[in-house]
Amino acid sequence: MSGDVLDGWEVVIGLEVHAELATQTKMFSSARNVFGGEPNTNIDPVSLGLPGSLPVLNEKAIELAIRVGLALNCKVQRSVFARKNYFYPDMPKAYQISQFDLPINEGGWLELPSGRKAMIERAHLEEDTGKSSHVGGGGRIHEATYSLVDYNRAGVPLIEIVGAPDLRSAEEARGYVAELRSILVAIGASDGKMEEGSMRVDCNVSVRPMGTEELGTRCEVKNINSLRSLGRAIEYESRRQVDLLTSGQRIEQQTRHWDEAEGRTHKLRSKEEAFDYRYFPEPDLVPVDPSPEWIAEIAASLPMLPRQRRVRLAEAAKGEVADAALIVERGLDDLAVEAMEAGADATRVLVHCVNNLSEGAGQLSTGSFAALVAMETGGELSATQAKTVLADLVASGGDPAAAAAAHGFEAMDTSELDGIVDGIIAAHPDDWAAYVEGDEGERKKKSGFFVGQIMKATRGQADGKLVNKILAQRAAG
Amino acid sequence: MSALELAAAIRSGERSAVDVLEEHLAVIDAREDEIHAFNLVMVEQARREAVDIDAHLAAGEELGPLAGVPVALKDNMCTRGVPTTCSSKILEGWKPPYDATVVQRLTAAGAVIIGKTNMDEFAMGGSTENSAFGPTRNPLDTSRVPGGSSGGSAAAVAAGFAPLSLGSDTGGSIRQPAALCGLVGVKPTYGRVSRYGLVAFASSLDQIGPFAATVADAALLLEVISGHDPLDSTSIAEPAPGLLSVLDQGVEGLRIGILDELSGHGVEGISPDVLARLDAAVEALTAAGATVERASVPATVYGLSAYYVIAPAEASSNLSRYDGVRFGPRTDGATTNEMMVATRTEGFGDEVKRRIMLGTYALSAGYYDAYYGKSQKVRTLILKDFAKAYEKFDLLISPTAPTTAFPLGAKTEDPMQMYLQDVCTIPSNLAGHPAMSVPFGVGDDGLPVGVQILAPAMGEATMFRAAAVLEKSGGAQ
Repeated sequence: MSGDVLDGWEVVIGLEVHAELATQTKMFSSARNVFGGEPNTNIDPVSLGLPGSLPVLNEKAIELAIRVGLALNCKVQRSVFARKNYFYPDMPKAYQISQFDLPINEGGWLELPSGRKAMIERAHLEEDTGKSSHVGGGGRIHEATYSLVDYNRAGVPLIEIVGAPDLRSAEEARGYVAELRSILVAIGASDGKMEEGSMRVDCNVSVRPMGTEELGTRCEVKNINSLRSLGRAIEYESRRQVDLLTSGQRIEQQTRHWDEAEGRTHKLRSKEEAFDYRYFPEPDLVPVDPSPEWIAEIAASLPMLPRQRRVRLAEAAKGEVADAALIVERGLDDLAVEAMEAGADATRVLVHCVNNLSEGAGQLSTGSFAALVAMETGGELSATQAKTVLADLVASGGDPAAAAAAHGFEAMDTSELDGIVDGIIAAHPDDWAAYVEGDEGERKKKSGFFVGQIMKATRGQADGKLVNKILAQRAAG
Repeated sequence: MSALELAAAIRSGERSAVDVLEEHLAVIDAREDEIHAFNLVMVEQARREAVDIDAHLAAGEELGPLAGVPVALKDNMCTRGVPTTCSSKILEGWKPPYDATVVQRLTAAGAVIIGKTNMDEFAMGGSTENSAFGPTRNPLDTSRVPGGSSGGSAAAVAAGFAPLSLGSDTGGSIRQPAALCGLVGVKPTYGRVSRYGLVAFASSLDQIGPFAATVADAALLLEVISGHDPLDSTSIAEPAPGLLSVLDQGVEGLRIGILDELSGHGVEGISPDVLARLDAAVEALTAAGATVERASVPATVYGLSAYYVIAPAEASSNLSRYDGVRFGPRTDGATTNEMMVATRTEGFGDEVKRRIMLGTYALSAGYYDAYYGKSQKVRTLILKDFAKAYEKFDLLISPTAPTTAFPLGAKTEDPMQMYLQDVCTIPSNLAGHPAMSVPFGVGDDGLPVGVQILAPAMGEATMFRAAAVLEKSGGAQ
């Protein structure tokens, strides 16, 4: 089943992303903000909501929230905290301090890797809850024999980033979250670890006939714990909705639970059963009104964002870079840009970044990277040899010429290569005929075969590009 | 002996802290069974503290202004390791792991905490009859109530159990019992005294303040507990006001307004003998050189209505944390929800439940604007009208309570009659302004009548000057 093929239906997705802010202490108290730890050790009267305790705002959380707002092109404004009231054992005060009608950040956008802008409605501050574990009854609270609550996470600052219903496919939704994650990590706001729950995604899905404007009835899908689940959940949920509509049924507005093992969503509650949160302004806190000077100071301290890094990479490469997002994600773009600026061939630089530096640059310096690429393009090293040398430089640094010499790599004499190529051609007459007479696809396939044979004969020392050139010359007669 | 005199006698070595404590414990022994001012008399801890004070004095150490003076605390102020119940079954047995800021300040000033006093459950009531542990009686006439909700703290001082006590005032809970027990009672400017460790009733209205037999004693205690506290975000960033130093400055040249709407013209039910004492107070102030005229603060007539939306709304949220999960008694249920419902049904008294329901309703979707929203507008209007009046006047005066102390059971069947007890005191809470009650003679039944002095925000010093004049004028006799 592919979510992208919905026979004339369009899927509309809006994401609500919660990210834990990387502060030292909690949002409203001096208890530590760290992942894990013995249950109920990073707590204090405020985290537990003990009678008489009062929240005091962590200024660092405000600063990080403003960083997020600025990175997402939002308007940073005077904001007011509000209480969101509901009973749940892991919610110590039975209300969550959040922001309601006056969020700190409003109206921004995020540029998807495709270059399209997805609008952000708001990015507001709130506190995290504790964590319940339900023992017995399949881990759900309703059937459990007892529940345990760990309040270490209670009061950890969160930023909730509410996206507009601007996304149109599972892939686009994954791209949005990946980009958002890169931004949050880049600006130091969050570690963005979905697997530790420090970044969580709720997903609003609706469908509508292709070409129409009116939004369909949406369902909110919760319990999505990875990018993969996000894609699967959207594909399942949009298919479910299209199936209902095409069989003449209506969509009921619901909150649904994604079951990773079963690969499907289950109804949690309908709109009628939704909580009435009874929001009202939090009387224990005063409004937060960041000064223009402070906002400007924070803006000035923002690092280059992933989007800007991709643009810079494309500029240095003098053309579009297909894997720019991957290179930026790996933190290799500085290296690549500097190597290219030092004159290294853009294509080879990018190929190495994508194929041979998946674990990062290690001990590799910009200078030796550029020198290595120069040796490669100058014919002193074959691609295979360059890869071997690169691995050495990543592991222990040093000079590419010395590393190449240590491996005994020497540029192969062109006349010697001519002879070997001719020998291989002679040994495989049928393949050669297919190469010479075949269409483009066939020729490509056969060229792979011949290059492989020649590499084998030269123990990888031949330059693949040069081999192809000789093959083409021979075929041309 | 006043608290000031006691403190001086202890400091000079004329009396020991231990003697002073034992003398008060003896009075408690003699009358507490009849009065029931305390939920807990902290005999052992108080004795240790008194011994400690004497030792420090013997060692020639400089001690705080309350060294050796017994102070009683309303049982909604957290005391480390000592039960803090709010006179509710739902907090029975709970021992806070921390001291309220006021408790720390009292201890730092050398005070000996003598016990925790009875109150209306969660400070909801005007007679101290809504206590899970039984009512407190008025020491001046034990067939009558001491007022409330801080009735235990008022009775403790009136009965001579302690020279000083602290209460909390959300709608008049210090001033009304002070009036009914013939004491000085002060509600400071909102934010003057830290609320950290005060178990919340209505966070935007709650304020801790002193009870004392004399104006000077109240000034002494207020000076000790006031001042900025970083643990309370609504705490005002100002040092404690100098009050003792201004008490003899008189009211010559001050402009004082008789608050028309609270003095018989706007509200019904204020008895003639109470109004007669107000007239006498006007004479005394005029004789001391103040200009006294009638003043109007029109929006105060809506104060009671707005208060009985705002206070229950905040209370409904503040009291949600009593769910049986983390502290206090738990009544079992088949599910988490049933456990919470059973715990709250069992643990809360009728008046608390009534206000939780009122408040929950007022905040509900669809009703918020009509109730909570509108009440907040009334609050703004009251502030504006007060501001206008204070352009013309330095202070305002009114009766504190509509009547003298009433018999036990007289109003328990009719909540509305009980709510009307606060009609004169509520406007100051809504405005966040300071106000105090000063005893000024007796009514037809021979029981004390209080006069309320109201001041603009941060106007405590001027307010105390007028209080001292009333006290000195002899009208109280």
